[in-house]
Amino acid sequence: MSSPAPHALPNDMRNPGVPLQTDWFEQIAVNTPAVERRTATLTTRRTVKKAWQAAWLVNAIRCMDLTTLAGDDTEDRVRRLCAKARRPLADHIMGGLGLDRLTTGAACVYPTMVRAAVKALEGSGVPVASVATGFPAGLMPLDLRLAEIRYAVGEGADEIDIVITRAHVLDGNWNALYDEVAAMREACGPAHMKAILATGDLKTLRNVYKASMVAMQAGADFIKTSTGKEGANATLPVSLVMVRALRDYGERTGQRIGFKPAGGMKTAKDALAWQILMKEELGNDWLQPDLFRFGASSMLADIERQLEHHVTGRYAASSRHAIA
Amino acid sequence: MPSVTDILKTMEYGPAPEASGEVMEWLKERKSFGHFINGAFVKPSKSFATANPATGETLAKAAQGTASDVGAAVKAARAALPGWSKHTGHERAKWLYAIARHIQKRERFLAVLETLDNGKPIRESRDIDVPLVARHFYHHAGWAEMLEDEFPGTKPVGVCGQIIPWNFPLLMLAWKVAPALAAGNTVVLKPAEYTPLTALAFAEICAEIGLPKGVVNIVTGGGETGAALVASAVDKIAFTGSTEVGRAIRKATAGTGKKLTLELGGKSPFIVFADADIDGAVEGVVDAIWFNQGQVCCAGSRILVQESVAGAFQKRLMARLAKLRVGDPLDKSTDVGAIVDPVQLRAIRDLVARGEAEGAVLHQSETQLPPKGCFFAPGFFTNVAPANIVSEVEIFGPVATLTTFRTPDEAVELANNTRYGLAASIWSENVNLALDIASKVKAGVIWVNSTNIFDAGAGFGGYRESGFGREGGREGMREYLSEPSRRAKPEAEPGRLDAAPVPGLPSKGGAPIDRTAKMYIGGAQKRPDSGYSYAVVAKGHEIGLAGLGNRKDIRNAVEAAHKAGGWGKATGHNRAQVLYYIAENLSARQAEFTRRLKDAGVTKAADEVDASIRRAFYYAAQADKFDGAVHATKSAHVTLAMPEAFGVMGIACPDDAPLLGFLSLVLPTIAMGNRVVAIPASSMPLAATDLYQVFDTSDLPDGVVNIVTGAKDELAKTLAAHDDVAAMWYCGGPEGAKMTEAESAGNLKVTWTFPNHDWHGANGQGRDFLLRATQVKNIWVPYGE
Repeated sequence: MSSPAPHALPNDMRNPGVPLQTDWFEQIAVNTPAVERRTATLTTRRTVKKAWQAAWLVNAIRCMDLTTLAGDDTEDRVRRLCAKARRPLADHIMGGLGLDRLTTGAACVYPTMVRAAVKALEGSGVPVASVATGFPAGLMPLDLRLAEIRYAVGEGADEIDIVITRAHVLDGNWNALYDEVAAMREACGPAHMKAILATGDLKTLRNVYKASMVAMQAGADFIKTSTGKEGANATLPVSLVMVRALRDYGERTGQRIGFKPAGGMKTAKDALAWQILMKEELGNDWLQPDLFRFGASSMLADIERQLEHHVTGRYAASSRHAIA
Repeated sequence: MPSVTDILKTMEYGPAPEASGEVMEWLKERKSFGHFINGAFVKPSKSFATANPATGETLAKAAQGTASDVGAAVKAARAALPGWSKHTGHERAKWLYAIARHIQKRERFLAVLETLDNGKPIRESRDIDVPLVARHFYHHAGWAEMLEDEFPGTKPVGVCGQIIPWNFPLLMLAWKVAPALAAGNTVVLKPAEYTPLTALAFAEICAEIGLPKGVVNIVTGGGETGAALVASAVDKIAFTGSTEVGRAIRKATAGTGKKLTLELGGKSPFIVFADADIDGAVEGVVDAIWFNQGQVCCAGSRILVQESVAGAFQKRLMARLAKLRVGDPLDKSTDVGAIVDPVQLRAIRDLVARGEAEGAVLHQSETQLPPKGCFFAPGFFTNVAPANIVSEVEIFGPVATLTTFRTPDEAVELANNTRYGLAASIWSENVNLALDIASKVKAGVIWVNSTNIFDAGAGFGGYRESGFGREGGREGMREYLSEPSRRAKPEAEPGRLDAAPVPGLPSKGGAPIDRTAKMYIGGAQKRPDSGYSYAVVAKGHEIGLAGLGNRKDIRNAVEAAHKAGGWGKATGHNRAQVLYYIAENLSARQAEFTRRLKDAGVTKAADEVDASIRRAFYYAAQADKFDGAVHATKSAHVTLAMPEAFGVMGIACPDDAPLLGFLSLVLPTIAMGNRVVAIPASSMPLAATDLYQVFDTSDLPDGVVNIVTGAKDELAKTLAAHDDVAAMWYCGGPEGAKMTEAESAGNLKVTWTFPNHDWHGANGQGRDFLLRATQVKNIWVPYGE
């Protein structure tokens, strides 16, 4: 807390939000089969090979919120995660790729682990993200959820991943959702706010679009798919709808909103698929950590194996890489 | 190669070429291909080069087929026919299964070869063309297995001449060969001149699996080779290609008895309503007109967008267009590859230039095209009027037109404002609206909230000048099977229809009140335009006068029939009620009709009236039962196969069974919702003209049945040549049949020509009449929330 970590997200890029405007989304048409066709062909229309693949995988690390959000998290466990966030690849892989400095986009932990993470990452430039607001279900009184945000920020979190009340979406209670997210945004203060929509609970893609739009209107800097704890995590169809929503919000307000898919993405192949989605639908700016993050815990291990293969030409074993 | 650090700055995709070494090696070993005839490649006499359109490099040489090459291939196919058709369905199923298996095992080889020869992106040949090819053979292995159960009593057509285009070379081969072999036919196939290589690789696969000699023969060459095949001694021609060539084939095969299916051009509408998923629709355009470089007969080439969302749609379309990657077809990240040939590239450029000269504004992707090879930047036109050439003519390149509409009615009007009718794509989140439009657009394939979706289990084929016949599914199998033919029966000699009074042939008996049989047009009795009548003579006596119809009567009748459009929208039950009512009123006048037939010299007059009443009952029964199917295609898709009426049909009746012959042809057509212009037996039209009063008292709406009396072939010729008549049945001799088929080429109307036969028995009715009175529309509705 004493030495403020450099923000990965510059503060002049905050989304100030706009008053709730339901006409931006009430009539939205999202055709699920059309969305699924688009996402099914994204990775058959585009591919990256050789050095390009290596670079794209490195970029995925750059954009990764390396995460531990488990009931058995301890401060030591968090320190280990942070060590990996500081040094995500073994030195010989870094050397082979011609890289001298690489960290993950952030480390993401529970509020009580923020202090340990901040300490572990001191001087690394890696921001600490904390979930808050009664993660993962969010079904706590609002004042307690806001207090939790303030606590995490007070502990030194640079980014707060809030969860929304799914019931407000399922009930179409947009005022309540807006007010809640706006209050959370205020509680975040200087910390950037990522709004987790828990899309696996929202079920329909239209709900996903509507919830995305309300969260952005209420001032979310990022919209994020999942807590990792719902029945369905980040999927390409849900992600496509969310990035189209943030595109639409940007067209209306001029604000650039970030996107964070989270949960269920475990492979290097996933890392490429989501980056293709971002590049195709939004462009290269959304391949930078200020506008794009992966919320992942095990993906890094697979990426490291692939990159070692790229460097050495031999297939790699995870046991030879440091675990997160 | 740039460093990882460099790439991190640009985040480019980088090159990702598909390896072509195996295929190039295969080509190098062969260099020059002969025709594949009777199970072996024959040494070519004259050859032509086939090139990679992305580079201009020659890939190999293929043989230029002559009439004698075609003759040898047809002979081999003819010789193989008895053995192949006598196999059990299971035997043939095993062969088709083996083909499917081998295609799958060679999938990458075939995909790379297709991309090299055609220029399409490897993504498409790998993920779309080749998997569909394998699926087609698997599916038809199944039809072979079930043939006797599913199509009892049918026989293979015989030797099939098949001519395929260059846009989906191997896929079109599969669409042609698989059903033909499943049904027990043998084939002579001519691939397109630009793209013969995958067909020749397919020939090698046939040889590899040991397919019996002569069952599949492949003759390469250009238009002349195709013409030789059309002229050869085959039993059927199946053609996919341009409408212009299709028309020539229709004329060339007229009167030959060759079964014909044509899958021709299109200018398919792509209709986007205000309540559509706009991003989904924009992506649909990518899969429509920017798929396969726009060289797709069913491409959604006319984008129609509702005015209120046109601005947003165009903006997003521009943004999406900018993302397309145009270039090396072998690169795995290429969206738009090479145009098939410099000739085609010139044709696209010419049409696009003419469109611009006529005022259309072209929006093109600003991509850097490769320095050599046949490339055309994809795009679309705005500010393009329906009268602009690019609105009307198939560009067959990656360029669509974008226009707006205000209301659903206007969307339908614009969608149908074309000579074609192959496909349509409809985008709306409102299922009521989408299905309403699907029913109103005249096209053989309708995709709701999707486009260019294909499956072997569904029929594919067009309305109007997009051709006739279906490929795929049960509908497609029918095109390769023949129904047992009915035994022909001679007709009455059509005497000279004399407009002069005929003294000396007075009617028998006293002086009855004279009854005038006029034309029956639009539910009213009309004097013949000519002002002439002719004497109807039976057993040496004049029994009345009938109007001597001419081309203007036909014109008026067709117009009246068009005005009776409500008939097609009535329920099958409602139409059944009218048909039952006709039976009822016919029964009430049984004695009168029996007497009329007796006077006309009909020997079994009472039987004929009885049979006519039964026929009305039969088609009343069918009116609400002859329905379609839901095809089993892809998961989460409802694929409806709906039989639809043609609209306005022409019918030339036999000079026999003056009442029963007439009703046996008119009733099935109107039962399905068609409106007809019928030419009754010239020698005895009065049984038909007596029906006016039956129709008038049976609630048959005006204009559903129109009757023009006079000289059959003369009137039939006007009907067959009428561009606003969608289908034509001609019952009669070979000369009239030939005339009907030849004249029908004008608008490529569907024809059915057949000799007179006995109308009394079971032969006089059946489902095949209903199949001939309808065309199948396949409607694809993907679902999922």
